[in-house]
Amino acid sequence: MTASLNARAAVAVLVALGLLLLPLYSSASGNIFLLTLFTRIVILALAAVSLNLIMGYGGMMSFGHAAYLGIGGYAVGILAHEGIGSGFIQWPVALIASALFALAVGALSLRTRGVYFIMITLAFAQMAYYIASGLARYGGDDGLTVYKRSDFAGLINLSSRVQIYYLCLACLFGGIYLVWRIINSRFGLVVQGLRSNEQRMQAIGFPANRYRLVCFVIAGTMCGLAGALLANNTDFVSPAAMYWTRSGDLMVMVILGGMGSMFGPVVGAIVFLVLEELLSQVTEYWALIMGPLLLVIVLFGRGGIMGLLGRFSRG
Amino acid sequence: MADPLLRVDKLMKRFGGIVATDHVSLDVAEGELHAIIGPNGAGKTTLISQLTGQLTPNAGTIRLGGEDVTHVPAWRRSALGLARSFQITSLLLDFTALDNVALAAQAHDGHSFRFWGDARKEAPLRNAARAALERVGLASRAEVTVSRLSHGEQRELELAVALATKPRLLLLDEPMAGLGVSEASRMVGLLQELRREVTIVLVEHDMNAVFALADRITVLVYGRVIASGEPAAIRSNEDVRRAYLGDQHAVTRHG
Repeated sequence: MTASLNARAAVAVLVALGLLLLPLYSSASGNIFLLTLFTRIVILALAAVSLNLIMGYGGMMSFGHAAYLGIGGYAVGILAHEGIGSGFIQWPVALIASALFALAVGALSLRTRGVYFIMITLAFAQMAYYIASGLARYGGDDGLTVYKRSDFAGLINLSSRVQIYYLCLACLFGGIYLVWRIINSRFGLVVQGLRSNEQRMQAIGFPANRYRLVCFVIAGTMCGLAGALLANNTDFVSPAAMYWTRSGDLMVMVILGGMGSMFGPVVGAIVFLVLEELLSQVTEYWALIMGPLLLVIVLFGRGGIMGLLGRFSRG
Repeated sequence: MADPLLRVDKLMKRFGGIVATDHVSLDVAEGELHAIIGPNGAGKTTLISQLTGQLTPNAGTIRLGGEDVTHVPAWRRSALGLARSFQITSLLLDFTALDNVALAAQAHDGHSFRFWGDARKEAPLRNAARAALERVGLASRAEVTVSRLSHGEQRELELAVALATKPRLLLLDEPMAGLGVSEASRMVGLLQELRREVTIVLVEHDMNAVFALADRITVLVYGRVIASGEPAAIRSNEDVRRAYLGDQHAVTRHG
């Protein structure tokens, strides 16, 4: 038990250190591409961490989590397009819009369970996708270029590769810390209890859906932040960010890394996106290799990579 | 006369063409241990599930302490002092025994929209949970994951969880189910003690246990109450005898 815990903790510390030191390496070696890639990885890891909160700890299989990436991104993009460049306005709007969307989706979809829940969250995300596609003023299908990154009044310069990377990393670590506090709190125990046995939780006096809904909104808001970061990092936001395959990618990252493990989604995001990058250099049919690989990990490593780590070190 | 703690009036529950609860009326006075017996399929669990709110009756009323709770959701009935144990053990299997009981205590200690502090370090909740575990003899197993507890221990834990909600009325759905002889007699001993503290409705197949414990007994057959009264009266009741004997004949014929 403790050995497996140590192996996992060691991996988490190593990965965290690696992420912290990455800009040093990339500037020393002049490999700017690496930093760009990892900025994207860190942002999507934050999205995966937020998904893990509802999926891994709350047992809510949301298949529409990419919607918040889009909503956060469009909040930044649209405000920038309309001449409101201040991040102090853009980012709170991104978070609030994501929270409200999560509230609406959650209020309706949490009446259902299982496959129906998956389908309804998917349907809402697709709705967001088509709405974004219809926004002719903001590029419609083609998406919207963000000509100017969020302005934080000199506090931080998002046009600097290193600064935006560290901002994203700070958001990721902050997000993980927040999830860690939440899952050990009273609220977190209730949410995990509901995943384990809803009937029992109702019988001892917990109104299930209120707690689930709040959890759902927290996760959505967190992912909205990832969306705001992503729009700034790519200078672009498009409906494609909300497409269902995007939501699927996020789910894969969580499952790959280990559902319900604190650091799993980060490892999952790194492995998934680095593999995607490497394999797509080898062949355009990279998904043919990625697919079976995922299958193997899911089949033999229930609990994902973090789960496997635990097993090896115990073995 | 003061209101009984629980008053069930002409309760009806249909599943398609089957009437699982057929005009059941029942009073449980404060402080009594009221047993509900009946052959398999008599609708005992269906009745309990309506009392706790897992099922909604088609007609009739349920009053708890004079208050109509017929359409009150399960979680709120718990707040009103109703607790249940399940016939088929229903616990948080991936949590420790202590966590299971502490969550029950937490459910009755204000809302749980607290996102920051470590709930496992809250002494009042942990102490209440330990006391409940102590009560059922599971103190030494507090840190064990529930899925690793024996069946008998899980039955006792069910009871501890119910107790931790500080109920006025405890609904026990076959707490003896699947227990060995020594475990069962320990459970009877435990219920002997608990009955002094809390009103209990006990659904049970073990007739020795029922007659040893009950102040009053209600007999259900095919969803209907065929007799209700003190153990001695039930024992000598003709209808009850026929129901049980008839049942036995059916069993031997099939066997």
